[in-house]
Amino acid sequence: MKTLQEIEEIRKTKRKELDLRINTSSDTREKHILICHGTGCTSSKSPEILKRFREIIKEKNIENVRVIQTGCFGLCAKGPIVIIRPEDTFYANCKVEDCEEIIEKHIQKGEIVERLLCKDIDGKKVQKLDELSFYKKQKRIALKNCGVINPEEIDEYIAFDGYKALEKVLTQMSPEDVIDVITKSGLRGRGGAGFPTGKKWELTKESKGDQKYVVCNADEGDPGAFMDRSILEGDPHSVLEAMAIAAYTIGATKGFIYVRAEYPIAVHRFQVAIDQAREYGILGKNIFGTNFDFDVDIRLGAGAFVCGEETALLESIEGKRGQPRVKPPYPAQCGLWGKPTLINNVETYANIAQIILKGAEWYSSIGTEKSKGTKVFALGGNVNNIGLVEVPMGTTLREIVYDIGGGIPNGREFKAAQTGGPSGGCIPKEHLDTPIDYESLKQIGSMMGSGGLIVMDDTKCMVCLAKFYLEFTVSESCGKCTPCRIGTKRMLEILTKLCEGEGTELDIYKLEKLAANIQKASICGLGQSAPNPVISTLKYFREEFREHAIQKECRALECKAMSNITINEELCKGCGLCQRNCPVSAIEGESREKRVINQEKCIKCGTCLTSCPFKAIGN
Amino acid sequence: MENEFVTLTIDGQEVKAKKGITILEAAKQVGIDIPTLCFLKGINEVGDCRMCIVEVEGRRGFATSCIQTVEEGMVVHTHTPNVLEARHVILDLIISNHSKDCLTCTRSGNCELQKLATKFNVLNVEFEGERTQHKIDELSPSIVRDFNKCILCRRCIAACKNVQKIGAIDCINRGFESCISTVGDHSLNDVNCTFCGQCIQSCPTGALHEKETIDDVWIKLKDPESYVIVQTAPAVRAALGEEFQMEIGTNVTGKMVTALKRLGFDKVFDTNTGADFTITEEANEFIERFSKGGTLPMITSCSPGWVKYIEMNYPELIPHLSTCKSPHEMFGAILKSYYAEKEGIDPRKIYVVSVMPCIAKKFERQREEMKNSGIYNVDNVITTRELARMIKQANIEFTKLEDTNFDSPMGEATGAGAIFGTTGGVMEAALRTAQDTLTGKDLEKIDFEQVRGGEGIKKATVNIAGNEIKVVAASGLANAQKIMEEIKSGKADYQFVEIMACPGGCVMGGGQPIRSSKERAEKDIRKLRADCLYSIDEKSTIRKSHENPIIKKIYKDYLEKPGSHKAHELLHTEYEKREKYNI
Repeated sequence: MKTLQEIEEIRKTKRKELDLRINTSSDTREKHILICHGTGCTSSKSPEILKRFREIIKEKNIENVRVIQTGCFGLCAKGPIVIIRPEDTFYANCKVEDCEEIIEKHIQKGEIVERLLCKDIDGKKVQKLDELSFYKKQKRIALKNCGVINPEEIDEYIAFDGYKALEKVLTQMSPEDVIDVITKSGLRGRGGAGFPTGKKWELTKESKGDQKYVVCNADEGDPGAFMDRSILEGDPHSVLEAMAIAAYTIGATKGFIYVRAEYPIAVHRFQVAIDQAREYGILGKNIFGTNFDFDVDIRLGAGAFVCGEETALLESIEGKRGQPRVKPPYPAQCGLWGKPTLINNVETYANIAQIILKGAEWYSSIGTEKSKGTKVFALGGNVNNIGLVEVPMGTTLREIVYDIGGGIPNGREFKAAQTGGPSGGCIPKEHLDTPIDYESLKQIGSMMGSGGLIVMDDTKCMVCLAKFYLEFTVSESCGKCTPCRIGTKRMLEILTKLCEGEGTELDIYKLEKLAANIQKASICGLGQSAPNPVISTLKYFREEFREHAIQKECRALECKAMSNITINEELCKGCGLCQRNCPVSAIEGESREKRVINQEKCIKCGTCLTSCPFKAIGN
Repeated sequence: MENEFVTLTIDGQEVKAKKGITILEAAKQVGIDIPTLCFLKGINEVGDCRMCIVEVEGRRGFATSCIQTVEEGMVVHTHTPNVLEARHVILDLIISNHSKDCLTCTRSGNCELQKLATKFNVLNVEFEGERTQHKIDELSPSIVRDFNKCILCRRCIAACKNVQKIGAIDCINRGFESCISTVGDHSLNDVNCTFCGQCIQSCPTGALHEKETIDDVWIKLKDPESYVIVQTAPAVRAALGEEFQMEIGTNVTGKMVTALKRLGFDKVFDTNTGADFTITEEANEFIERFSKGGTLPMITSCSPGWVKYIEMNYPELIPHLSTCKSPHEMFGAILKSYYAEKEGIDPRKIYVVSVMPCIAKKFERQREEMKNSGIYNVDNVITTRELARMIKQANIEFTKLEDTNFDSPMGEATGAGAIFGTTGGVMEAALRTAQDTLTGKDLEKIDFEQVRGGEGIKKATVNIAGNEIKVVAASGLANAQKIMEEIKSGKADYQFVEIMACPGGCVMGGGQPIRSSKERAEKDIRKLRADCLYSIDEKSTIRKSHENPIIKKIYKDYLEKPGSHKAHELLHTEYEKREKYNI
């Protein structure tokens, strides 16, 4: 148990000690080697790098150097990432073997290890993290502590104003005050639907119940999304603190975080955070000497996508099969075990403490008119800088893809970006300048979603893309309601037919009819949004669907069944490379003569396409 | 809240509806019929099938009318083009994954899916595609599960899990592969199913049905060597008429007997006579236990689903169970002993067919305990529904049949035997006999109203010969569970317990005619059928089992007295612990 004074004491001392983490002009003699221990870097052996650094420091008896594990820095494609502070030197793709050189050169001699520096979009090597264009347009609120603190040390969290918002709320604010601040901040649910957070808190507060619950939805399931995981791995206390604030506000004493079992690091760190908070008396009875009691438990999800749907999540916490409930009643009225329950997503919670401390005006000054603050995206697909980015609402897709993401690799064309995962839709080239906010995305047929952002170049077939997402939905449908259970399956069957060149125009009509009805008649958000990828690809790329159905052509050459690969006579130089690489000997022609593909034998594997040095092969 | 009303508009009509009722119910009030499939009032209100969707102004997407409650000022549209198209698509999708073999389906003509398809004029299936393929589970003696016909409405799950608190079945797998199955996807025969058959009663299609055994009856009826005796349980006569479009609760005893004679049975007897034996023996057993300090409370054992339940779930309470066999088994034993001897028929040639409202009886029949001298007491059990099918197969115009009486001498029964078919009936019948036995008088007060009615648990205190006897009649296994927990924890202060596995007793048994969700919502089927039995009782000249002349005669000539050695040999049995899972 720690008193408020003791916590304040920790805050002061620790803050001083950690000043070099955020202050590049710190005159300390200490150096902190920060190593990303997010899932990405951990899987490329960052824990071994940390161990090696510590060994070397011990061997060489170096003083004033600390080696610290942190959460994600965001530029996952360049991991494992090592940052040396206070100077903020950014080393990318580090290996265990590089440790010695970093210590000897950088730490001992004060020289930069040039070869480990990261190349920016323009090809120039950049020394500091802040100088990378990847970071320039970002604004970190939810990810504020990610990459700065050791997530497994509560003191480090406290050092950077941790638990100060909770203290403020418990000692100076009424629940109404909190709701007022959150409402005025304009914060909206980051889980995807964008429901105003203040409103949700108010509704749950107003609901009558002898027991209420606060739940954190950490069942991140969109393919390619890892925003919530990174927050939990990098700054678990920020979520815990916000849950406590929420509990105080709505009148709950018990909280649950529902997190996927496939996130072992996040689960571990969150458990450590809970244990440490309990030890400090920040969870438990009479928190900070007030009469507010609150505790949190972790519930592991088995990985069903539908359990990210709030009512299915509640069912799962209750120990039942993860299936959604019909709404209304909403969880705010009838949630866990029938009690009023507040459910927010990880990222939503990660904004709370700072809104309390810095005020609603500060927060609402960031973003657009109706979408305030920042949004974290997991940027992936055909883009140079794959990773986690946090940008102010209103940033355009172009800025994210080109300025932050560094554009499309291999000089290919941008074709579309998918936001909102399987529930979202695609955004074509003509909408690249759309500002990313809830309304704008909805208007162009996509959605914010939880933050998955997948970029696709012109080698992607949009029918295949729709099929990919439908495959996902079909396998993740819980099977409860008819439209989703059978309807999505039928949609997938039709898409498969189209991709195999067996579709007709009638199939496109059927697809639209199914989509419209599944959207309206399904029970939950998953079912209702399952047709979205089809609807949006049809909206922007209907021609491609028609080509599949009528001409039996796939312009992206992704649908193997229909792409007749041919060799352009004019471009072919007769080198024979394609012939040598063809696995089924489908390419005919004598030495130095122009080659021809025997369509009967061709299996459309595409090997010849990539092997032709003259780009003479296409469809 | 009960007296609060809200005003809403449904399809342009203003409706004043009680607060808290659903849109579906409010619509019904003004004659608007909204189609449903997964809805089963009070049992399954989950909104899974999506047939009942409606549009509510100002609300995104459709509202689920079977769940969502009425609100002040709500404007509902139940058949806009959007709603109609969506319902059509949903029905089309359901049918696309259904086996569609209506011609050979036991539920043809009484299938809720078939009715909807007709109503929606589904002439071709627009969204045909892959169908889930399932193996038919027909290992159990009672239930056949054919999930190729299952529409995943989950009414069976709700009946099993919520009503009966068994949970033998639930949904397994996900998405398109979802299906209803058991622990580890084993046969129903090998898990904790009690064969109560409430799942069959809940199923809107032919996915669940009894294991039909009428072919064996036909074979025996054709075999000149066999002496085929049929006996009919009390509840059958109160429901059989429904299979021929007669009003629920019509007493068709006379027509049923005539039909059975026309079908060619050698003798048509009444299980009510068997029930009179059971009462006599059971009342005697109770008095013995009560006066000699035996295990109390004593619990009835005539419901085979219940017996299987206690064997699996409360084996430690088996000593409380009456050792009496159920009426039709007792009757079978008497037929193959006393009757065979008297008539000079080789008992091995006697083929006893029991027509039962129950599918657990099919299981009970083949239990090893139900044998005497190496032969089964009963050879075949068919349900009320199966009997109706036999009558239809034989081209008998049931409704036009004249009434005839059961054959003598084993067709004579009392009103006490008749009320066996409803919850509280066994108790009441036993109390009639017990009070006469204990007082040595022929008492006139024979109606025990306290144990009548549809409540799941009915407790009463009766004064018999100066003894305060506390009794309980419970129906439905969820209620049975409550009583068992009371006994287990020592909180039970009663001496006599009647338990029926099916909610409402045998009249609502798993083998009875299946009524649609709509009818179940609109009518109190249990009451209508039970009233029929009470009226039979009321009209009976003899209303106490021990006064049945044939019973008296058989005790005098053959069994000596209730509880005699001979009676024990033929009419009693023992039960033991049974593993829930044989996997």
